[in-house]
Amino acid sequence: MSIYRLILNRIASALLTLLLVSLVIFIISDLLPGDAAQEMLGQSATPEQVAALRHDLGLDRPAYVRFGDWVGGIVSGDPGTSMVANMPVAEVIAERLPNTLRLAALTAAFTVPLSLLIGISAAMNRGGRLDRMLSISTLAMVAMPEFLVATLGVLIFSVKLRLLPSITMVTSDQPWGEFLRSYTLPVLSLSVVVIAQMSRMTRAAVIDQLNQPYVEMAMLKGVGRVAIVRRHVLPNAIGPIINAMALSLSYLLGGAIIVETIFNYPGLASLMVNAVTSRDTPLLQACAMIFCAAYLLLLLAADIIAILANPRLHNK
Amino acid sequence: MAYLEVNHLCVKADTGKTIVHDASFSLNKGEVLALIGESGSGKTTIALSLLGYARRGTHIAGGDVRLGEAHLKDLPALRGNRIAYIAQSAAAAFNPSLNIMDQVVEAALVHRLMDRAQAEAKAVELFHALALPFPDTIGQRYPHQLSGGQLQRLMAAMAFITDPDLVILDEPTTALDVTTQVEVLRAFKQVVKDRGATAVYVSHDLAVVAQMADHIVVLNHGEIKEQGTTAEILHAPKDDYTKLLMAAAEPSNRVVVDALIQPVPLLEVRGVNASYGNRPILKDINFTMQRGAMLGVIGESGSGKSTLARVIAGLVVPTSGEIRLAGDILPAALSAREQEHFRRVQIVFQNASTALNPAHDVAQILARPLAFYHQMKGEAAQKRLLALIDMVKLPASVLTRRCTELSGGQIQRINLARALAAEPELVLCDEVTSALDTVVGAAILDLLAELRRELNLSIMFISHDISTVRAICDDIMVLYQGVVVEHVRGSDFDQLRHHDYTELLLSSVPELRAGWLEERKARTA
Repeated sequence: MSIYRLILNRIASALLTLLLVSLVIFIISDLLPGDAAQEMLGQSATPEQVAALRHDLGLDRPAYVRFGDWVGGIVSGDPGTSMVANMPVAEVIAERLPNTLRLAALTAAFTVPLSLLIGISAAMNRGGRLDRMLSISTLAMVAMPEFLVATLGVLIFSVKLRLLPSITMVTSDQPWGEFLRSYTLPVLSLSVVVIAQMSRMTRAAVIDQLNQPYVEMAMLKGVGRVAIVRRHVLPNAIGPIINAMALSLSYLLGGAIIVETIFNYPGLASLMVNAVTSRDTPLLQACAMIFCAAYLLLLLAADIIAILANPRLHNK
Repeated sequence: MAYLEVNHLCVKADTGKTIVHDASFSLNKGEVLALIGESGSGKTTIALSLLGYARRGTHIAGGDVRLGEAHLKDLPALRGNRIAYIAQSAAAAFNPSLNIMDQVVEAALVHRLMDRAQAEAKAVELFHALALPFPDTIGQRYPHQLSGGQLQRLMAAMAFITDPDLVILDEPTTALDVTTQVEVLRAFKQVVKDRGATAVYVSHDLAVVAQMADHIVVLNHGEIKEQGTTAEILHAPKDDYTKLLMAAAEPSNRVVVDALIQPVPLLEVRGVNASYGNRPILKDINFTMQRGAMLGVIGESGSGKSTLARVIAGLVVPTSGEIRLAGDILPAALSAREQEHFRRVQIVFQNASTALNPAHDVAQILARPLAFYHQMKGEAAQKRLLALIDMVKLPASVLTRRCTELSGGQIQRINLARALAAEPELVLCDEVTSALDTVVGAAILDLLAELRRELNLSIMFISHDISTVRAICDDIMVLYQGVVVEHVRGSDFDQLRHHDYTELLLSSVPELRAGWLEERKARTA
């Protein structure tokens, strides 16, 4: 199979997965107790009023019709109208999505180089003091819940030292210093778990390659330790490392809810939680779709990079 | 003064266990020294310490290695520059993600001996000298696109790119087919001679060493048993262990009897074809094996010999053809076979340590077929276990141990006992001695011959080693690219005129005397 076929197959299967995911999202959100009509009218509404509103909103149509409408809408860029805010879902999301992406990008820019550095240096010193120290600290980081890290951060840096703000303000005309100060705590809180996961996976992938005979061969050719890792090990370890990173980074998009709440950050995750509590089904579904699509996209990118990095696949 | 001198070298594991004990030898410039011994003898450990290198978990605990003016502590700086290493498995020692040229010229560039263009020109010149195909473009290829024999020669080019003073060849032909081995040996010998290098050749194979070396050092359990010139060691070995090695290298004739063979066909294979995907592996295989016979199947890697065993065992479904066992048709697919079919045909795999469950002890491994095929439990099973262990000549104490605690030879015996527990009519032995040292393998062959006599077993013995097959089998079948090119009685084997391929195989087996390689070249030229 040519490499293009391989990549096309991979993309096709990602699209199919996304369709199945959309079905699951639709079914689950349909199973939630209560609906928007009930929620909008409150406890005192009569059943007739609820039924009338339900009819107006199109909620009494059969499920497959609503599903078809919805998927068609998403494909054409219109995932419906938010029932609570009474404006297009696309607009609601357009307001929040850049915030989430900015936070995720900042965290990624901070964590990816750092985890690579930690993972590779631990692997190069495997069994040594540095490796043990890094192992213990990354294990401790994995075990630490985010809300604890965030709360402690606020307590120390905002309350005691008064260095950093405890709420992250998002304005378009912030000066650079202000911008960095307001993002420091949320980025650090998110980084703790992500760095720990990524650096441990990197360490494992690099050690796996360091144990291969070709590494011994390179050593016996007189190649230095750093050059061995850069030239011989990384091209072989890149596939598993990228995959681990994609998994960890996908968490930044959908899993930031605790951090968003603590720092009162207007991101997508808190929007989705609000959508659940207010039974705003279209908004909820759109958020879930965005998270799943982002997750699939990251994994797809990781797979394609792994395919391109493997000479066995592009040199037949 | 000798050019290379090893003085009282000691290598220990970090746990304190001694791997090499007080090894001393020396070598003059331009000569070839062989380190010979079986697995665990410390030969590779000594070879690596000549580069000032000890594998993870081990360290050089004492003694010195001197190369010219350089001592042990100076050696790491000379790696890949004045001292070069050729590893056992070229397929594993090349980085799969880099092309050949990048890896061949790397040492020259790392040590800043020449610029890239010069290095590449030199590499191409070496590719020519090593008789590689497409020498001008082979450097652009990746390891997975080349054969084992080509990679092994490319590794020689990688070693010689810096014109090293000392070359260490660590079992460089062990992973190769016998016909490929001859070509690679010849290329190595030529290039070592042309470039006037001093070489240390590590091997377990006396016959190969006899072609390459001026001096031989015999190692066993980390100690030097005997050293001398090749002629001295080959013609007048003094040490008992050397004599044992010599004896194992020349397989004695174990063929016993025609009386064991009954004139009843046990296994009949008719028109069998098999393929993996679109690639045909077996093409129209036909043969009959008598009850009580020992049929030897020879072929090189890719000849389809293992696939044949897997087809008979039901692990690979043939695309066409029919297999009969004592007249009954054996269903092609495993799912269509009944328990009795399984019991009657047992397979013994090459690598016993991966074929047996490492989490089970020996008693559990052997009790399973007893319960499965014979519903044997409790005291009866216990008795049978002891009988089986006795049959393969192991002490009853191994029953409580796990395979990971046993040696390679012992595990292979357990593997055999597991097959015998089913009381099979046909035993398929797939390269059962290939992963073993010569002495241990010879003992397994003796055991097979004895079991066959006592239990009246029918054995299909698959091997790449024609001399082994010749020594123990009544019938010999030669497979080449999935076709049976020859099928003869073992007793007639020496008299017959053979198929060209069989002749090539026979003439490729190194003989235990110096000068064989040159003579063979003269003959084939």
